[in-house]
Amino acid sequence: MTLREIKELLQAEVIQGDESLDVEITFAGGSDLMSDVLAFGKPGILLLTGLSNAQSVRTANIIDAKAIVYVRGKKPDKMGIELARENGIPLLSTKYMMYTACGLLFSHGLSGVSGISHKE
Amino acid sequence: MMSSENEFSQRFEITGGDFSNAGRTSTSIKEILKEIGIDSSIVIRASIASYEAEMNVVMYAQRGVLTLNITPEKLHLRLEDEGSGIENIDLAMQEGFSTATDEMREMGFGAGMGLPNIKKNADKFEISSTPGKGTSLDIIFCLNKTERK
Repeated sequence: MTLREIKELLQAEVIQGDESLDVEITFAGGSDLMSDVLAFGKPGILLLTGLSNAQSVRTANIIDAKAIVYVRGKKPDKMGIELARENGIPLLSTKYMMYTACGLLFSHGLSGVSGISHKE
Repeated sequence: MMSSENEFSQRFEITGGDFSNAGRTSTSIKEILKEIGIDSSIVIRASIASYEAEMNVVMYAQRGVLTLNITPEKLHLRLEDEGSGIENIDLAMQEGFSTATDEMREMGFGAGMGLPNIKKNADKFEISSTPGKGTSLDIIFCLNKTERK
């Protein structure tokens, strides 16, 4: 699934990284807890989070996340956006809450970190 | 920065309580490791360990020094901080044990995963602490394939 398809599914706004929407996303994970993201995240992950401070971007950068989707309409601060730009991490924001956003992506075939995916 | 043909060393200062810059040092370290050409799986593991260690200084200490030392055999992250130290290291090493404040939790940290996660990522990990003085960590990654995790 491309980031563009994810943007459409989640009716998301692109905060940063308009030029990177064709990137292919193969799995995702959702957490507000950066400790958990560092412990269980894997390179290439699409990170869904409600944590909108600069730490979300720093954490994503450390684990080589492909992109971040902020849930509940949240948006990172200036520092976060700048960091994402420097490191080439696209940022999206959706109005959906965490459960709904994850559920929409999962039910459309995007698997989780452990590789479990939705079977039609 | 110190650099010779076979060794690279750099020292970073970390300020306790400086939440807005927390993670900056580890972001720099990751860039350096990538530039040197360290294997990408080790870059990620070392960056995660460095980031957790850096967050611990920001959250719990007054200041800390993180020294990155790379030889052909190993990548060594040594962290020494001045702070409250750890009373019971066995307890601090347990997943989920935490003395974090609400401010730390709002940053997405303080879930009691830091030290266990550093240990999980490292090939060798040593910790020592003097309550009231500070904590030091030695986090080592083997660059020689046969000794790797």
